[in-house]
Amino acid sequence: MSISQDYTDYIAWDRLPHMWCPGCGNGIALKGLALALAKQGIPRHKVLMATGIGCSGRAGSYVSFHSFDGTHGRTIAFCTGINVAQPDLKIVAFLGDGDCGAIGGNHLLHAARRNNDLTVLEINNFTYGMTGGQFSPTTPAHSFSSTSKHGKVDYGMDMCYLVAEAGANYVASTTVYHTAQLNKFINEAISTRGFSFVEIASPCPTYYGRHNNLRSAPEMMEWFKERALPKEKYDELTIEEKQKYIMRGRLVQRDREDFLTMYMNELNNE
Amino acid sequence: MKDFLEGSHAVAHAVKICKPGVISAYPITPQTHIVENLAEFVASGELKTEFINVESEHSAASVVLGSLAMGVRSYTASSSQGLLLMEEVLYNIAGLRLPLVITCANRAVSAPLSIWNDQQDSEALRDAGVIQLYVENIQEAVDLHLFAFRLAEDPRVLLPVMVCMDGFVLTHAYEAVDIPEESEVDSFLPPLELREKLDTENPLSMGIVSDARFYMETRYAIQETMKEAIVIMPELKKDFIQITGRNLNVFFESYKLEEAQKVIICRGSVSGTVKEVVDEMRDEGHKVGALKLISYRPFPTEELYRALKNIPLIGVLDRAISLGSSGPMYTEFKALFQGKEGTPKISGFIGGLGQRDITKKHVREMFEKLDGEEITCEFINLNVEYLMGARKYT
Repeated sequence: MSISQDYTDYIAWDRLPHMWCPGCGNGIALKGLALALAKQGIPRHKVLMATGIGCSGRAGSYVSFHSFDGTHGRTIAFCTGINVAQPDLKIVAFLGDGDCGAIGGNHLLHAARRNNDLTVLEINNFTYGMTGGQFSPTTPAHSFSSTSKHGKVDYGMDMCYLVAEAGANYVASTTVYHTAQLNKFINEAISTRGFSFVEIASPCPTYYGRHNNLRSAPEMMEWFKERALPKEKYDELTIEEKQKYIMRGRLVQRDREDFLTMYMNELNNE
Repeated sequence: MKDFLEGSHAVAHAVKICKPGVISAYPITPQTHIVENLAEFVASGELKTEFINVESEHSAASVVLGSLAMGVRSYTASSSQGLLLMEEVLYNIAGLRLPLVITCANRAVSAPLSIWNDQQDSEALRDAGVIQLYVENIQEAVDLHLFAFRLAEDPRVLLPVMVCMDGFVLTHAYEAVDIPEESEVDSFLPPLELREKLDTENPLSMGIVSDARFYMETRYAIQETMKEAIVIMPELKKDFIQITGRNLNVFFESYKLEEAQKVIICRGSVSGTVKEVVDEMRDEGHKVGALKLISYRPFPTEELYRALKNIPLIGVLDRAISLGSSGPMYTEFKALFQGKEGTPKISGFIGGLGQRDITKKHVREMFEKLDGEEITCEFINLNVEYLMGARKYT
């Protein structure tokens, strides 16, 4: 298969139009991935997109390379299996915040700790969109959702710091409004060997927005523009204040040995 | 008074008037509307309960395991993958003899991913020690939820009860339903009093390891309770009828079995279609009938035998399959008649997987096929063209 130079080669155009709502950010994130794959000239047969369930889970249908959908929440776990069985495959997990941080949170922590050679793109829309707008672990405290009609009573989860502490090689966070930064981070993530993680804040005007006075996509984009702070500024906030803001910036970029390299080295030392 | 309600909302209303102290759930289609509506009741102050939206179904089942161990009435609901993720915990809840009420909004199990309705998910929980009741319509869903709390919490039972309702077909459909008054429910359902629970005044250990000397007795005890439930359920049913003035079937519903020569046994919402075909065929002079199974666990063997012993031709319609064998309900009914006098000819059909249509035409065809040779496991309304590379079904 020839090496693609154009991002359009990575999109399955015959499957469009997609089923995402008007104003959804999934498409921007997906394009960011296609651009990065094209930039690095990764052949289509050498890349796999793994998805979970929910809105982001439909992304696998819209790419022209391998895609795989297993059980809800276990995406990172089966990616670990794919990675050790086929190490030369570039694996990108395209997950929602629920899949990544709630039901699959345990796998996220341990894949980051083991430093498996995977890229996880977490599309954070602050809600469970496909099932009708229930609150998720990243929903900020006091937000409204279909299961928190009087405001969410627990804090949103800071997945970036969690993954960074667990041992990932690359961690970054941004929003789909900041497209140039988004494309750059995805590109850096997929060129990292070891565990890489990009949290991408994405608008869901249909549910999160509707429940929280951000009824249209432009309003949500404005919200991202105002509320996404550079890492240095974000770090100065208290926990309570952080619930109202989104971090953007790179947290970690390092070159720890990934799981398979370490494994093979241990074997060879015996 | 009757309200025009969506199936899920009707269930939420029924759960609300039973006043659980803890509700915990995780979103999954087609169950979600139930807990969303309960969340609304909590937000509006109509329902005083701890509502906890957790990080997975495994956690949801574990939360109610904890709250029930404290002796607090608890409720959860799920579907499909979510229910299967709960399975480990549900075995635990049954083993610890905790009276959970859980709704299963029946949905197909992946792969391939399907959000649509069949009954494979609850079938997978068949052996867990959970009482399973299947409903045909929304009124039955309301009534059996009230009944489920009473049955689960009866000190002679103390087992989880799962009310199974077909996803979308019932959860998302509207029907005029009668929701009893809270005062009526209060007299039917006394507050939960667990004799053995976690209590700081009287410490006890729950769920600790039991070696080969004790484990088997715990399973035996559940089996005995399941048998006793067959006696207890009609008793509780009488109370229910007295309070609501509405009849309630708890084992099964016999439909035009008098002098019937051919009977289709079915479960859940498809029973409506089957009954309609029975009506039509009766009008045409055919002696046909239907039996709608409600209580799958415990399986009311004697009662079913008495209802069916004079029927020469029986068809069992399963909306799940035990792959490698046949329809699970079919196997039960075959076993029911084994060694008995005048065993009928019993045929097994698999239909409606992943919400494939079962129309009146298909029901009629099933009735017609009962005249022929006995069939073990025939898929109805199968699209042979879609089998592609798979082995052709013969």
